[in-house]
Amino acid sequence: MTTLAAPARRKRKITDSVWGIVAWIAGIVFVFPVIWMVLTSFKQEQDAASNPPSWVFTPTLDQYMTVFDRNITPFLLNSLMASVFSTLLVVLLATPAAYALSLRPVEKWTDVLFFFISTKMMPAVAALLPVYLLTKNLGMLDNIWTMVILYTSMNLPLAVWMMRSFLLEVPREVLEAGEVDGAGLLTSIRKIILPIVSPGLAATALICFIFAWNEFFLAVNLTATNAGTAPIFLVGFISSEGLFLARLCAAATLVSLPVLIAGWLAQNKLVRGLSMGAVK
Amino acid sequence: MTDVITRADPKPDLPVAPKRGSSKERWIRRAPLLPGLIFALIVTQVPFLFTLVLSTLDWNALRPGDRSFVGIDNYITVLSDSRLRSALVNTVLLTAGAVIFSMILGLLLAILLDRKFFGRSVVRTLLITPFLVMPIAAALVWKHALYNPAYGLINGIFGGSTDWVSSYPKAAVIATLVWQWTPFMMLILLAGLQSQSEEVLEAARVDGANAWQIFTRMTIPHLRQYLELGALLGSIYLVNTFDAIFSITQGGPGQATTNLPYEIYLTTFRKFEYGEASAAGVIVVILTIIVATFALRVISSLFRMEESR
Repeated sequence: MTTLAAPARRKRKITDSVWGIVAWIAGIVFVFPVIWMVLTSFKQEQDAASNPPSWVFTPTLDQYMTVFDRNITPFLLNSLMASVFSTLLVVLLATPAAYALSLRPVEKWTDVLFFFISTKMMPAVAALLPVYLLTKNLGMLDNIWTMVILYTSMNLPLAVWMMRSFLLEVPREVLEAGEVDGAGLLTSIRKIILPIVSPGLAATALICFIFAWNEFFLAVNLTATNAGTAPIFLVGFISSEGLFLARLCAAATLVSLPVLIAGWLAQNKLVRGLSMGAVK
Repeated sequence: MTDVITRADPKPDLPVAPKRGSSKERWIRRAPLLPGLIFALIVTQVPFLFTLVLSTLDWNALRPGDRSFVGIDNYITVLSDSRLRSALVNTVLLTAGAVIFSMILGLLLAILLDRKFFGRSVVRTLLITPFLVMPIAAALVWKHALYNPAYGLINGIFGGSTDWVSSYPKAAVIATLVWQWTPFMMLILLAGLQSQSEEVLEAARVDGANAWQIFTRMTIPHLRQYLELGALLGSIYLVNTFDAIFSITQGGPGQATTNLPYEIYLTTFRKFEYGEASAAGVIVVILTIIVATFALRVISSLFRMEESR
């Protein structure tokens, strides 16, 4: 038996490592534009615009200095405000709603759930003009709180679906046992529900943060200098500076960094969030 | 932005049957839902009603004070305008192209990642990275650092002096979108592959099924729901593509890459034809409702699958 199995096992090991190498190559090819972006951001402009591309160069932080000189900071702060506050608001609105759609469901809970998701399917472009006119008339154009409200409504369906899927993981028996033991609602939330769903809550928050941080369409049409977010800086930077590739790459790296970190941290929960809880 | 889309499917069993309590009890149950629901109703439905009203007005913002009710004139203008039709075709082509290619690549990568090998989690991290780059940053980097005819990386590596964006505008946009969305498809399909029962696969192997038979007869049918989900969610996001078009091609050359979101954006903020833009918006919403009704059916079947677990 062993004499027969050994070559087969060795063959399997070899094919496994061959496919492993293929996977590594695919991974590197895929990430390469990002690596190139980061490499270019550390070049001088003449190295960045060389043909053939320069692989060896003296790294410099000049481009990052320039980006900060052009005042990227307020844009980053605006993005941070819009993303953090909208994420907080989303979590505050979505978690109780998800509770009322899962553990203690209201009647017609499926319809409500599908109402939420149908708002996500509607193209933002159909609402752009009325939103623009309303915010203009309310004097709320170029105001970060407008963006907080819009990003909240953009992420709310996602968060409701996601939180619901996490809440359904709370074992019903434990909840019922708690109730029998006389635990009130607050106690069971604190002692039973929160410990189980807190990783899910964190993942929901991270994904809402990612979408809010990256949002461009509403930001470009509703904000300008006061409430401009990081993507707006990037676009404005190109048109005002002309094309400076290394500088563009430095700015692009800088504005992508928070989401890259958030996404890497949340990667195990990413698929569940993106599929609104349908895929675990 | 729309009314509730009712589902044709039977409802899944309730996790806990709501008690037919007193009306007070029912309101207590509803209370946690209301803030979120009311917020969503106001922020998403009110603008849409407003769009409906605007779509019946002859209103160009460059002629202030001149707004009159014209009924369905805007709809006639928009529907008979070849620009909208070409934008519709472009939307379908760009969305379908991006979804199909990212799905194929995502499937191949998911199959690779489904095996055990040294550094698998590192490779997965590398593969999801494109999805995390800010879309507008990704689009600008692709346009200037990769596609640029003089010093872009593609010509730098492969030689030649092709101006990728103006020679192949649609392909250039699709390639960027595919690069960003392949990780998304891969993650969904990988979850599907990993949810296959190892025992069933082993049993098939013992029964003498070869790898190809297992893949086509067992894995693909098992993946069907995941493929559908990936296609649907991908389409929902990609049909609204704006960033890549805004920064890579500005809808051009000519109208080659103008999709519906970009066309409506141009009508609103470049031509200031508020009435026509609204009518186009309403048409897009109606089209979306048609597509979404199918989409919701698939989602609700998945939803039952999740429910029954």
